[in-house]
Amino acid sequence: MIFNFPFIAVIALILIGLYAIIFRKNLIKMVIGITIIQSGVNLFLITLGYREGAVAPIFTSLPSGTEIPQGMVFPIPQALTLTSIVIGVAVLALMLSLIIHIYRHYGTLDVRKIGGEK
Amino acid sequence: MNGMSRIVKTITSIVFPFIMIFGLYIIAHGHLTPGGGFQGGAVVASGCAMILVAYGSVWTMGKIKEKNLSILESIGAICFIILAILGLGFGTVFFKNFLVGSNIIFGIVPSFGSTISNINTAGVIPLMNFAVGLKVIVGLFGIVLIMAYASRRRDNK
Amino acid sequence: MNFVDFLLQHSPALIVAIPLLGAFLTPLVSRINNKVRNIFVIIILLITTSIVLLLALDVFAGNIHTYIFGSKDLTLPIVRILFEVDAMSAFMAIIGSILLLVSVIYSWSFIEENSGLDKYYTLVLLLAAGMFGMMLTGDMFNFFVFLEITSIASCALIAFWTNKGKAVEAAFKYIVISSLAALFVLFAIALLYGQYNALNIAVLGSAIQFSYLDKIALVLLVAALAMKAGIVPMHMWLPDAYGRAPASVTIILVGATQASLYGVFRVCFTLYGNTINLSPTSIGWIIVLLGLITMLIGVSMALIQSDFKRLIAFSAVAEIGFIFLGIGTGLTLFANNQMFGLIGSTAMSGGIFHIINDSLDVGLLFLVAGAVYYATKETSLDKMGGLARNMKYTTIFFIIGLLAISGIPPMNGFASKLLIYESTFQLNPILAIVAILSSIMLLAVFVKVFHSVFLGPAQPKFKDVKEVPKTMLFAMGILASIIIIFGLFPDLVINNIVEPAVNALINYSEYIRQVIPTFTGGF
Repeated sequence: MIFNFPFIAVIALILIGLYAIIFRKNLIKMVIGITIIQSGVNLFLITLGYREGAVAPIFTSLPSGTEIPQGMVFPIPQALTLTSIVIGVAVLALMLSLIIHIYRHYGTLDVRKIGGEK
Repeated sequence: MNGMSRIVKTITSIVFPFIMIFGLYIIAHGHLTPGGGFQGGAVVASGCAMILVAYGSVWTMGKIKEKNLSILESIGAICFIILAILGLGFGTVFFKNFLVGSNIIFGIVPSFGSTISNINTAGVIPLMNFAVGLKVIVGLFGIVLIMAYASRRRDNK
Repeated sequence: MNFVDFLLQHSPALIVAIPLLGAFLTPLVSRINNKVRNIFVIIILLITTSIVLLLALDVFAGNIHTYIFGSKDLTLPIVRILFEVDAMSAFMAIIGSILLLVSVIYSWSFIEENSGLDKYYTLVLLLAAGMFGMMLTGDMFNFFVFLEITSIASCALIAFWTNKGKAVEAAFKYIVISSLAALFVLFAIALLYGQYNALNIAVLGSAIQFSYLDKIALVLLVAALAMKAGIVPMHMWLPDAYGRAPASVTIILVGATQASLYGVFRVCFTLYGNTINLSPTSIGWIIVLLGLITMLIGVSMALIQSDFKRLIAFSAVAEIGFIFLGIGTGLTLFANNQMFGLIGSTAMSGGIFHIINDSLDVGLLFLVAGAVYYATKETSLDKMGGLARNMKYTTIFFIIGLLAISGIPPMNGFASKLLIYESTFQLNPILAIVAILSSIMLLAVFVKVFHSVFLGPAQPKFKDVKEVPKTMLFAMGILASIIIIFGLFPDLVINNIVEPAVNALINYSEYIRQVIPTFTGGF
């Protein structure tokens, strides 16, 4: 049961992030909600690569007795997670720049007072 | 934003070279230890952001012109894509590692299994790490600098 | 080997690499001069369009091109990234390149008086690289990366007119919804990778069984990609984003939306093709129902609009409903061989032909709206009137677009809509009745727009309005001539371009056999 704990954490993070996007009225809190969902999905990607009792997949000075490749963790999910983190940084920078423009134009960050056409 | 006090400025200018060396070490050894272009670039950009916070955005924007940042970023990106197209030009396919096994630079092929790490290996990968690292340093520092400069308070005196 | 063979062999990589190289070179080129930068961008897009046409000519003759990055031969197990181009991918790439070329020619004079134009052209070329990557790839995680590149570049382009607050707010709404959809796609890809230890579409397609986690992954993928394509009830971002962006950006956004639509069909037909007879009709009927709701709500909301570009955006939503209706009918009958031969392949031909017709028609209407804005600086329908006296050519182009989007012969909309009406009537008569009803309502909406914008008495404040510059007229003329040619010779287009695409979607085992030569079983 303890080995399922990361997956429960993933579901909890995604639900908290969705709650923040749907029910909060400040624009910065919506951006924080998206960041929390990104962290949840990255955690899910990393947890997929785990093997019990294995070491990191680096060939430099391995502990003696580890078999290659059965004694190592999967390396592909680590590359996927890294790419996802980079994309998350770029999207976060873009969203915050747009919030600076919106604040300068409207004077408020409340979602109910911005925009609105039918 | 305004700068901080004299103590913070002094300590920042002492610590900043160490952060930069650490970040460049992570970029350069990307094919041997965990790390690489993006990770090392993020460390150096954090060091540069520390300078920005300590000295103030107006002072930093006066020292660095914005179009130099844009030119450096383009150079980093062009180097990356030219290295990929050179794999096409040297005979075979796009993105091919054409420096492995040759004796131009970074050409040694290590034996399989647990060895002592040698920096002179892995072909095109360290060069691509340098290009990506340059682009990430300049890009992330540029984002933080322009956001800080654009949202400075105009009533500070 | 000579130069043409070299280009043909390496074309999937060159189609993505040349716009990327152009995007990184544009800030350096634009220091020289403005004209040099415009000519440089047009030359890059012309080179890319010619390579796309060269590849499409070879793929429509029946060969599927695979391209492996970083190695020459294909050894199992697959660890490298593959590009796999079959007839459906080549079809979408042709649409993308036509829309990009027309948009850059149009924006020579449309966007000329703004500053920061080097960033505009860099973002357009980056969006081009992302779109082509989405259409040509054969690897699921690579599809996710190009999807994110496309949405970041198009969000920055939507917010290009930053001096007005509304465009920035529309861009913020777009990036929040787009980022959420991409995170759901990544979650589904992680679910599939965790079960089968593969990221390649062909390898996943051969190994997939319809277990409980696979059903969750299918629902997440279809819902998230439909959210990016503008299907009701997730269409809220589309009128704001299409309506407040510059007109030359909106026509490229139409192409990016069709690329996400292509993603839905690639997942439904190729990735899950082997298991489709385990749950034969449910996913097809869901797509048909979504198409119906989209058509009805798109047309109803378009009736009450008073802003020119927002109205055209709602009619674009309705047209995407037509595409879903046609291809969903084909998916419903996928497992039943005999009925598929009668009804299903006609419906799928109609749906796929309607993808290219919809892009051309909606694109032409958006360019006309941009031309009216350039001449009069007005966007509201209540304040315009009597423009046909001053802008003759723009009026003719608007009439061509109006006839095409309502499905009236001899324009191209008639051919694809007739195929959809005929085939869906045999599946269930209500579907065809709803489709014909929404076409008639679209005609009513656009005749009202035509009357209030172009006909009527001359207004005194529009006395000095001149015709738009020649480059904008040339761009609109290219689209109008393609519309008329497709309308006059529809069976040339259907036999040579649409039929190979339909066959490529149906024969998913051909797609899988390019990577795994021993795959058996299939349609």
